[in-house]
Amino acid sequence: MTLTLTHFLTLGAILFTLSVIGIFLNRKNLIVLLMAIELMLLAVNMNFVAFSHYLGDMHGQVFVFFILTVAAAESAIGLAILVLLFRNKSSIRVDELNALKG
Amino acid sequence: MDVTTGFFYFFSAVLLFAAFRVVTARNPVHAVLYLMLAFSQAAAVWMLLKAEFLAITLVLVYLGAVMVLFLFVVMMLDIRIEGDRWGFWQNFPLALLIGGVIAIEMGAILSGGFGSVTLSPAAAAGQIENTKELGKLLYTSYLYPLEIAAVILLVAIIAAIALTLRQRKDSKFVDASEQVRVKARDRLAVVQVAATREAPVPAPAVEEKQA
Repeated sequence: MTLTLTHFLTLGAILFTLSVIGIFLNRKNLIVLLMAIELMLLAVNMNFVAFSHYLGDMHGQVFVFFILTVAAAESAIGLAILVLLFRNKSSIRVDELNALKG
Repeated sequence: MDVTTGFFYFFSAVLLFAAFRVVTARNPVHAVLYLMLAFSQAAAVWMLLKAEFLAITLVLVYLGAVMVLFLFVVMMLDIRIEGDRWGFWQNFPLALLIGGVIAIEMGAILSGGFGSVTLSPAAAAGQIENTKELGKLLYTSYLYPLEIAAVILLVAIIAAIALTLRQRKDSKFVDASEQVRVKARDRLAVVQVAATREAPVPAPAVEEKQA
């Protein structure tokens, strides 16, 4: 029994589902939300790499490269905003972030 | 079942367990550590897919930089872990529903069949040099996107610093340019004082008696 594309796609699908469930479970905790988003990006990247390998097309891996770049920038700015939020509110609970609510 | 398949199942099991613990961990520090485990296992799976460069990048950039940043922030924030886990079980049915829907959709797509996709002949022969091919693509047809990616990283650096920079009120900071530009007369005033002065005339005592 050798590895097929479906093995890797299934792994990516399970990983994505787990992280979506994680977003709904931890919707009060901003930092775990960011971590779940990182996991979703990992699942997407897994599919890209799997397709790239099985179809023999390197462009998929170039795309993963750019996704990693954007994800790093996103998490850096997200964490900066998180630190700023904690400095102002002394809390990162999502339901306390209602300053803009009418 | 060859060795590669065994490794795939091992890495996948650890990866999925770590991902499960990330979303269910009570302590955010544990969640970050499990996320690091998950990323390392994903790098191992990518090694099985012969994506060596991306696997190494994932370990160096993600485990070495981004996850350590997460860890620093989590440890710096002093998040209190509360009793009701911030409504963890309250959201559980909704999460299960959404997760079930997504699982069914994914299963429907996957059962449709990617089984017909077989390994391309060049990849099966192991003739593709991953890093070399990736470098060729990046520096020829993807040169401008690469530059844009660099600019995005620069924007991220500047934005993160600008967001978190603050002036301390108790800082003893001295403005160097102001210090250099200062003249002697700003610091020292020469006042003309007569060498001798008349003694003040004492008030006549007679007037005091009259008053």
